[in-house]
Amino acid sequence: MRWIRQHLVVIAGLLTLAYMILPNVVVMVFSFNKPNGRFNYAWQQFSLDAWKDPCGVADMCGSLSLSLQLAAWATVGAVVLGTMIAFALVRYRFRARGAINSLIFLPMAMPEVVMAASLLTLFLNMGAELGFWTVLIAHIMFCLSFVVTAVKARVMSMDPRLEEAARDLYAGPVQTFLRVTLPIAAPGIAAGALLAFALSFDDFIITNFNAGSTVTFPMFVWGSAQRGTPVQINVIGTAMFVIAVLVVVAGQMVTNRRKKSATA
Amino acid sequence: MSTPTLVKEEAAAAGDPVPRKPSTRKRLVPYWLLLPGIIWLLVFFALPMVYQASTSVQTGSLEQGFQVTWHFQTYWDAFQEYWPQFIRSLLYAGTATLLCLLLGYPLAYLIAFKAGRWRNLLLVLVIAPFFTSFLIRTLAWKTILADDSLVVNALNALHVLDVTSWLGWTEGSRVLATPMAVVCGLTYNFLPFMILPLYTSLERIDGRLHEAAQDLYASPATTFRKVTFPLSMPGVVSGTLLTFIPASGDYVNAELLGSTDTKMVGNVIQSQFLRVLDYPTAAALSFILMAIVLLMVTVYIRKAGTEDLV
Repeated sequence: MRWIRQHLVVIAGLLTLAYMILPNVVVMVFSFNKPNGRFNYAWQQFSLDAWKDPCGVADMCGSLSLSLQLAAWATVGAVVLGTMIAFALVRYRFRARGAINSLIFLPMAMPEVVMAASLLTLFLNMGAELGFWTVLIAHIMFCLSFVVTAVKARVMSMDPRLEEAARDLYAGPVQTFLRVTLPIAAPGIAAGALLAFALSFDDFIITNFNAGSTVTFPMFVWGSAQRGTPVQINVIGTAMFVIAVLVVVAGQMVTNRRKKSATA
Repeated sequence: MSTPTLVKEEAAAAGDPVPRKPSTRKRLVPYWLLLPGIIWLLVFFALPMVYQASTSVQTGSLEQGFQVTWHFQTYWDAFQEYWPQFIRSLLYAGTATLLCLLLGYPLAYLIAFKAGRWRNLLLVLVIAPFFTSFLIRTLAWKTILADDSLVVNALNALHVLDVTSWLGWTEGSRVLATPMAVVCGLTYNFLPFMILPLYTSLERIDGRLHEAAQDLYASPATTFRKVTFPLSMPGVVSGTLLTFIPASGDYVNAELLGSTDTKMVGNVIQSQFLRVLDYPTAAALSFILMAIVLLMVTVYIRKAGTEDLV
């Protein structure tokens, strides 16, 4: 009893972690299932069929590649625009700063369905054709704020004396930016990019409103929830999880090595 | 327009006592940097709100076209018809937020103070589920909470479901398609948004404050109540906001894990916009939701920010 009381925080924390990981475990286990009907909700029998043929479902891999392309372009757009805004906000004082800060904060503080619906009314009023481009525009819009926040945090902790030093050593503005500023800001930009990619790739609500008949991967999963979920969806889900963990672990190993070589 | 200058502290830190007067070209730099991104937000975030406002006071039909008639009645009608869904949304989102706080705090605390060399691994485990599409993970809850599943049978054996049925959260021995399933899904989906801000603010707390509290004979519980929790307030506030706001507009959990009796306002907005095609009602509903959320958030920030929290 005493042991439980002493380790209450650890036990409660690990239980929460189990709650968070449980669905991922289920997704992984059910990727090896051989379902009896259209729905992959009850365990039947072990099988590797889905893993052998991940693209064996009509339209699924098409939607997957569409989502990857969308996420890539949305990341590029949001990172370029967001980094510029972040630099302007941290490095300069100007009159509209407060207003601009709230314009950047608002998209993060708004229920997604409100943003999605208002964008749809804009596109309907403009007579725009819903599809890849409207979704891309929307994704850049909502990823922008997150990139600004991530890059801002990094640029704020940057020592401006490093750039002064570069200029004292006769580096031009372009050279200073490319060889000093950008490398130091890179981790913040990378964090923003990763976040933007994940947000765009996984977005459902805003896409659902503005995609028209275009089907991204989350929309495919949504549709399959009604029609019947192929096991391959679990395969993709598991693969995404494993790749993400590998990317994060690799990233940490790189930073650890850098830290070690920096102290050595 | 005022002159943009280098940030004062930076100029001081750079050992530059006399700020040089920048040339006109230099003064315009921040505006050029801001221009593309801000235009994007104005055109695709602010302007749509204006269009939605105008849509909400239009009347007409899809065949004849919609016209602005300043028909504010739509707001009242929409609210009268769908107030149960509004109440439900706030109730579900509020419960999920509270559960996220109760479940997330120990884990954030564990990672910040007790994890030691396991810290990075635990953080990865908190973020990694993010990367499996959240729809796939939400669908997994269908398997977990299905009738006769391990979890449901265990809850049944422990007579938990008797209590929750009596409270109206579940129905008999069913969990799926009940309010409990929806709240469970919401809690699960937004937990990382609670844990990460909590962790950030807990991690900033100086460990010496805990030692000082112990030196002054505070019990662990008192230390937590008087030192740790008040200092983690910024994390609590931003975590609850990051959980409550998206949860109140969510329609995925209610759709996948709930039934017609658990529809939230997000479901109504979605079906009005995409199925019924009654744009004015849909626009009015989404503005009412926005107004309620902004109002609650403002009141909450005021309370959390000014009141003595110790």
